Amino acid sequence: MTQPITLTLDINGRTRTVALEPRVTLLDALRDHLALNGTKKGCDQGQCGACTVHVDGARVLACLTLAAQVEGRQITTIEGLAGADGGVHPVQTAFLERDAFQCGYCTPGQIMSAVACIREGHAGSDAEIREYMSGNLCRCGAYPHIVAAVRDVAGAAS
Amino acid sequence: MRGFSYLRPGSPDEAREAARDPSAAFLAGGTTLLDLAKCGVAEPERVVDITHLSGLATITVGDDRITLGALATMSRVADEADIRTHCPAVAEALSQAASAQIRNMATIGGNLMQRTRCAYFRDPATFPACNKRAPGSGCAAIGGAVRNHAVLGVSESCIATYPGDLATALVAFDAVVHVGERRIAADDFFLLPGATPDREHPLEPGEMITAIAIPASPAARRSTYLKIRDRQSYEFAAASAAVGLELAADGRTIRDLRVALGGVATKPWRARGVEDALRGKIFEPETVKRASLAAMEGAVDHGANRFKIDLAPRVVARAILTLGGLA
Ligand SMILES: Cc1cc2nc3c(=O)[nH]c(=O)nc-3n(C[C@H](O)[C@H](O)[C@H](O)COP(=O)(O)OP(=O)(O)OC[C@H]3O[C@@H](n4cnc5c(N)ncnc54)[C@H](O)[C@@H]3O)c2cc1C
Ligand code: SF4
Ligand code: FES
Ligand code: FES
Repeated sequence: MTQPITLTLDINGRTRTVALEPRVTLLDALRDHLALNGTKKGCDQGQCGACTVHVDGARVLACLTLAAQVEGRQITTIEGLAGADGGVHPVQTAFLERDAFQCGYCTPGQIMSAVACIREGHAGSDAEIREYMSGNLCRCGAYPHIVAAVRDVAGAAS
Repeated sequence: MRGFSYLRPGSPDEAREAARDPSAAFLAGGTTLLDLAKCGVAEPERVVDITHLSGLATITVGDDRITLGALATMSRVADEADIRTHCPAVAEALSQAASAQIRNMATIGGNLMQRTRCAYFRDPATFPACNKRAPGSGCAAIGGAVRNHAVLGVSESCIATYPGDLATALVAFDAVVHVGERRIAADDFFLLPGATPDREHPLEPGEMITAIAIPASPAARRSTYLKIRDRQSYEFAAASAAVGLELAADGRTIRDLRVALGGVATKPWRARGVEDALRGKIFEPETVKRASLAAMEGAVDHGANRFKIDLAPRVVARAILTLGGLA
């Protein structure tokens, strides 16, 4: 009953077919089976946001999502954020310009979360950015620079 | 996480049938179920994914009630402008819960069913004794670290706090849980631990929450949710209050008041003592503060959680005074 099942996943615009046990999370599928290691595993329990990806455009936690659950949905990871020309996303540029990281481990999750936060319209003030980015912890404490990076892009967009 | 089989039923009836066996579990957002499966607390043999079912995510706001489909996500409900108008406490409870990512995943039905965050409950490998997990095994929390354990509704078997925010608002405004044709008042949907803390809801295996209805009322329209916690965001309540207020035509006599507490009790806790003490009274700070103390009638602490007995009435008073424009 825990035999592998064949899943067809739409990841970063590409169709990927994998055989996985039903209990495998989207996070483990990405990292261990699809060689997409940009999405990070921090707590593996929904408490840190390092594993943030987009499913049908909404930010979610890959560690609490079964791969089987997202068949037929559009999954975007940090690897899929770059434009068709391969250029980096404006939020990535802002993180570089604002030096919004130290060790970088939380950064892919922060960036995926920030892109969604801006798109949702939840980046109108520093207070709002802090509240709506609270699902992404940074053990290096780069928070002020992260808020600044999100503010830069949100401000430019509005 | 133990292995399980995965099923994606095509209809609610098929889903109920597939989950009738006690070893099966519905999977909605997965933010409680998969978390607990990783802790070794939930060990489903069959997971029945209900997120692909259609027709269960509808939100309707009518003149007499708000109806939330069980599969509506927390973020959708929180952001719905009509809900902010008709029952702000519900929207505020949801938008202060968990994180943006979790709110995008988690559903209203799953939210009601979330389990306690009691650290002993969540760690079976280290703490075998837990009456909620293993009936009759004892309670590792009593005599342990209990800062976030309940002071209301506790029993000798279990003192675990019900952690949810939404349900606190639901019991304040007499919401009704729809389980197919069955109707259960929100207050009756959550059971006191008593001698059977393992039994948290009156649902039988295979019964599926389909919707939640919140009756319209002037108190619901003028309502708020105040949540106090150890860090400013992405944290469960140390104490919270959902309150609704209706003043009489004179603008100062309390006609209706609803008060429910979160973070301090074993279930979402309707504080009728506070409501009764204030109904018909003149809205005035000292009266409100004094009456709020009634919220803690029957409270029992276990040491480190004593602060909740001081904190909760202040949260109630501040929430009521804010609604009346006096805080
Ligand atoms: C890190 C973290 C922080 C959190 N912080 C908060 C917070 O501050 N405030 C708060 O209120 N909550 C908080 N939560 C809890 C969160 O809100 C719940 O986990 C979530 O609402 C559960 O919904 P779900 O759809 O993901 O449920 P699932 O995990 O899919 O299901 C939960 C349970 O309900 C059952 N179930 C699901 N749907 C139905 C249905 N329709 N009928 C019958 N049974 C059903 C499942 O079988 C399972 O047993 C937090 C969670 C995490 C992980
Ligand atoms: S308080 Fe309840 S949930 Fe926590 S260890 Fe005791 S019995 Fe288990
Ligand atoms: S790894 Fe998913 S939230 Fe921490
Ligand atoms: S940069 Fe190190 S955890 Fe955030």
